[in-house]
Amino acid sequence: MDRIPILRMGDFLLVTIQVDMHDRLAMTLQDDLTSRIEKTGAKGVLIDISALEMVDSFIGRMIANISGMSRILDARTVLVGMQPAVAITLVELGLSLEGVQTALDVDRGMRALRKALASEEEGPCPS
Amino acid sequence: MSVLKSDSLPLRSEQDIVHARQAVRKLSQELAFSIVDQTKMVTAASELARNTLIYGGGGVLAWAVILDGARKGLRLEFSDQGPGIPDLALALKDGWTSGSGLGMGLSGAKRLVNDFDIWSEVGKGTRVTITRWK
Repeated sequence: MDRIPILRMGDFLLVTIQVDMHDRLAMTLQDDLTSRIEKTGAKGVLIDISALEMVDSFIGRMIANISGMSRILDARTVLVGMQPAVAITLVELGLSLEGVQTALDVDRGMRALRKALASEEEGPCPS
Repeated sequence: MSVLKSDSLPLRSEQDIVHARQAVRKLSQELAFSIVDQTKMVTAASELARNTLIYGGGGVLAWAVILDGARKGLRLEFSDQGPGIPDLALALKDGWTSGSGLGMGLSGAKRLVNDFDIWSEVGKGTRVTITRWK
């Protein structure tokens, strides 16, 4: 069966979606990612969709699900590289991906994850 | 209004939804739609193709490149012989779904195109026609 590869980079998992996904492939990715987070203890997930020419409500929901599930598993998700035409279409479709953190590219997404992780490790100031 | 070319594709599997998206992308490019318009049409097609498959039990996408006066357009017709939609007004509302979806399919697709038409009869099937003009 087809699978979308998940790469591990230190504390982060990187997923680059480069194919036009059919629905089951999107569901498989959701399952694979959550089990990889659990196995590796990853603190962050970067999903690169710069090659995706379309995000419909099904894929949008999968992205929102991954973000929600990873949060519960103590990992943050950053969605990177969305093409402007895809963003325009998504919002008109009625999906604003609330609660999903985004960044323009992988570099910025990585920086956002590191920053979030660093501020978490500092934690609240001891009184 | 005249039809410049037309054909149809089956919508029987998830892979057919992907094929439908690719066909609509190609036609939108041939019509020189802007990137945003291409993306809107492909996304609308994806939503409606999935509806045909999931709620209609499969069906057909009939496409046509049409000419109306000086303007060209792409017309897509999704039809099935499924259970039909008992309450069309309700089905067109944002956030309403009878299945596991987000309820954005019909209403969302409607917002992404220029013309939208739906026919449905309980026990007979559903047909959704959308058009985007260049």
